[in-house]
Amino acid sequence: MKYEPVIGLEVHAELLTKSKMFCGCEVVDSITAKPNRTICPTCTGQPGALPVLNRKAVELAVRVGLALECEIHTESIFARKNYFYPDLPKGYQISQYDQPLATDGKIRIETEVSPRRHGDAGPKDVRIRRVHLEEDTGKLSHADGYSFIDYNRSGVPLLEIVTEPDLSSPEEVKAYASKLRAILRYLDVNSGDMEKGVIRFEANVSVRAAGSDQFNTRTEIKNLNSFRALTLGTEYEIKRQSEIYERGGTVEQETLGFNDATGKTYSQRGKESAHDYRYFPEPDIPPLVLEQSWIDSIRASLPELPEAKTSRFIEQYELKPQEARLLTSEKALADYFEGVVSKSKSPAKTVSSWIAGEFMRYLNDLSIDVTNIPLPAEDFAKLIDMVTDKTISGNSGKVVLGEMFRNGGKAEEIVKAKNLAQVSDAGFIQETVAKILNDNPKEVEQYLAGKESILQWLMGQVARATKGKADPTVARELLVKSLEAKRK
Amino acid sequence: MEPYELSVQQTHELLVNREISAEELMRAYLERIQRLDPKVKSYVTVTEENAIEQARDADQRIKMGEGLTPLTGIPYAAKDSLSTRGIPTTCSSKILENYKPFYDCTAIRKLKSTGAVLLGKNNMDEFGMGSSTENSGFFTTRNPWNFDHVPGGSSGGSAAAVAAGLAPFTLGEDTGGSVRHPASFCGVTGLKTTYGRVSRYGLLPLVSSFDTIGPMARSAYDVALVLEAIAGHDPKDSTSRIESIQPYSEILRKTENLRGLRIGIPKEYFVEGLDAEMEAALRAAIRQIESLGARAVEVSLPHTQYAIPVYYLILFAEASSNLAKYDGVRFGLSERNVDSLLDVYLKTREMGFGAETKRRIMLGTFALSAGYYDAYYLKAQKVRTLIRRDFEKAFETCDALITPVAPTTAFRIGEKISNPLDMYLADVFVVAVNLAGIPALSVPCGISNGLPIGMQIMGPHLSEEMLLRIGYTYQSQTDWHTKHPPCWND
Repeated sequence: MKYEPVIGLEVHAELLTKSKMFCGCEVVDSITAKPNRTICPTCTGQPGALPVLNRKAVELAVRVGLALECEIHTESIFARKNYFYPDLPKGYQISQYDQPLATDGKIRIETEVSPRRHGDAGPKDVRIRRVHLEEDTGKLSHADGYSFIDYNRSGVPLLEIVTEPDLSSPEEVKAYASKLRAILRYLDVNSGDMEKGVIRFEANVSVRAAGSDQFNTRTEIKNLNSFRALTLGTEYEIKRQSEIYERGGTVEQETLGFNDATGKTYSQRGKESAHDYRYFPEPDIPPLVLEQSWIDSIRASLPELPEAKTSRFIEQYELKPQEARLLTSEKALADYFEGVVSKSKSPAKTVSSWIAGEFMRYLNDLSIDVTNIPLPAEDFAKLIDMVTDKTISGNSGKVVLGEMFRNGGKAEEIVKAKNLAQVSDAGFIQETVAKILNDNPKEVEQYLAGKESILQWLMGQVARATKGKADPTVARELLVKSLEAKRK
Repeated sequence: MEPYELSVQQTHELLVNREISAEELMRAYLERIQRLDPKVKSYVTVTEENAIEQARDADQRIKMGEGLTPLTGIPYAAKDSLSTRGIPTTCSSKILENYKPFYDCTAIRKLKSTGAVLLGKNNMDEFGMGSSTENSGFFTTRNPWNFDHVPGGSSGGSAAAVAAGLAPFTLGEDTGGSVRHPASFCGVTGLKTTYGRVSRYGLLPLVSSFDTIGPMARSAYDVALVLEAIAGHDPKDSTSRIESIQPYSEILRKTENLRGLRIGIPKEYFVEGLDAEMEAALRAAIRQIESLGARAVEVSLPHTQYAIPVYYLILFAEASSNLAKYDGVRFGLSERNVDSLLDVYLKTREMGFGAETKRRIMLGTFALSAGYYDAYYLKAQKVRTLIRRDFEKAFETCDALITPVAPTTAFRIGEKISNPLDMYLADVFVVAVNLAGIPALSVPCGISNGLPIGMQIMGPHLSEEMLLRIGYTYQSQTDWHTKHPPCWND
């Protein structure tokens, strides 16, 4: 039998505030900061300390809620989620429960290949059930038979974003997660730095007979802290559950962990030992009441989001959807693209293909974040223009770009220093052409025998000999001319 | 006259006239504590070194005449649920026996800035759970009027210290009568403040939505002086009130009568079970207040009978969560000689908490559990709203309400401890005030069989000024608040 998965995601995203959710402690890098550097009575749960809500955290949460087209509730309630664990200093986490900040939103996703019901192709809307605020816990580590607790992260504001069970493949899960991450970065509410755990996922997975409308028992996979883990974890779980049904077995409702090394899920606790969190309204924080005018002013300040930007790029710059989606995948990249376009005389499509090609390759190779591009847009624009107006060849342009990435500097200076200016002087090129033809009689013969494709190879030889400086149009012309002359 | 016999106001005059130094005053109190407190047992910690040092600072302030306040150099003690930096803060629980906070409670910080000097910390029922201090994890405080009787609770140590001349004033904390109840049992004046009037920051919570810090002293006037110092909005407490405070003591100095005030007498508070002598004392007090120009009318608070179950349900629930942080991980008692994390929790809490605390944690955990929440916690909150409306309605027709504080005078040690329900019922007249969040003042209004009787004056939110006016004018006409227990001259 064929099975289809039904997946819902819970995403925890740290909010980029200066101070913590309920106290004035600075938010620091939880990986690099000295343990327990930014702590106080409130975030270490000292008896008698009280929480005071961070206004900025609420503002950022509202931004997200609005961007996800949620209904923002002018009154929401904080609640205590009670359980014991050493990384939870108060013995309860302050969260939101039956009256969250925002509900009923959606995110549009696109996948390359996706099993769609009723043959429905194209974009898909994933419904957002709720968006709420809560505080992060501390961090435990274990060594030499001891356990250590770092409360730097304790009380850092978190946004929990929960979908309806609308995702039907690991690809969709990945697409949703990437899209959400992009939106969070667009909104400047989260760094998107996955290695630092600023976005964490939990997936609720069940499978059912393809085409069925029923919901089967689901399992919850915790600790999915990368896109890779998210994809592998859901893939593994879909397979595991499908095989259980295949054998005629039943899937147990349980909470699972995910092992990054093996790519497998494993049982953490079953249904019987599920926590009863004994939620009740947090008496230390009055209901959160928002002025509609404040919400409206936040709405007015929202940036253009990926969806809208993609459409605009397609229309305004005549880009292909795929190109536009790549450029808008990150706000910083889209801004950079537009910066280069505005400074450049070359067509936007040219700029787009430069960015999609060599430029992205350098970013990836040198692990440069798009928010941190070392190349001023103006300088890149100049470089592209130099290729467009044939001051240098395309190949030289790539060389110059590499140099700019590695050592900085302006295109003109590098071209000069490396003597890369393109030469259209027929005399100089003719010399090289004559030498190349002389040195490669076999290839000349092949050409003359009708294998015209060898011309491209000969072009390469000319480019190499002139270090890419020869204007390819002129070089090609001269090559053909010289070869044809030999025919006679 | 000995220093301990003086009111805050009188002591202040001696200090500014340099007839006594703050250090001498402090030493006199410390000496008296050393002599008498082994019998009364009102203190769990006496901060001698700190106190002398701060008294010297106060003397310096008095000498320079700078930053002088009515409390500069005045000694005081605080219930042991108020965080004091570097000084043990135990809530009279074994689980916190060695806990020294690294920050001051806002009320303590404010008093520090006035130059008042902390003498020590007072005994209480563990985490405020009780009405007799018999639930203290350390020892039972004695009623200074009769050592065989309880001082009331849970701020029993704070009330007994004032009554026995072991502190001119103290800070108590009232969650469900914990200031008023012991104040009435010990014959002192105690104010339960409006919820949010005094910051809760640094107060070890019992029930976050009921807890209030309030002064206990020998007169309404002294209470007003202390309230001025500790009240006001605190950005560290989101539930604290933003309204500005009033010049309470100045208003009292200008008050001569109670003309125009309408006093409601809720019939539900004068019922069978109320001690006859007590009722007579209260009726006499009400007549006295009428003679000052007020008019008394009977009113009804129809949902009064539900106050006890509603109060205790919410208490159990919130307390079970508030006490979760005592897990042996970061501070206080920690049983480490165990095999697992779960055992750290179980053993620490088993060893650290007393029987009543455990009972309430279990009841609260149950009441909040899935499937029971609606029937217990949620329903209690709904009935709480009805009780609050009772008061709102009553305050439409009268300015203040007068009731007894407790059904009886101080009971004997051991009399109720074996029957928790009986003990809970001792709170029948005080808990509704906490459910409504309103202020109430307890003032002495009689003595029966050698034990004080208290009168409770309740008012709408933020009506502290009016309550103190009623207490002050009443005390200007009567001398119940100046009566002293037999141990006074010891």
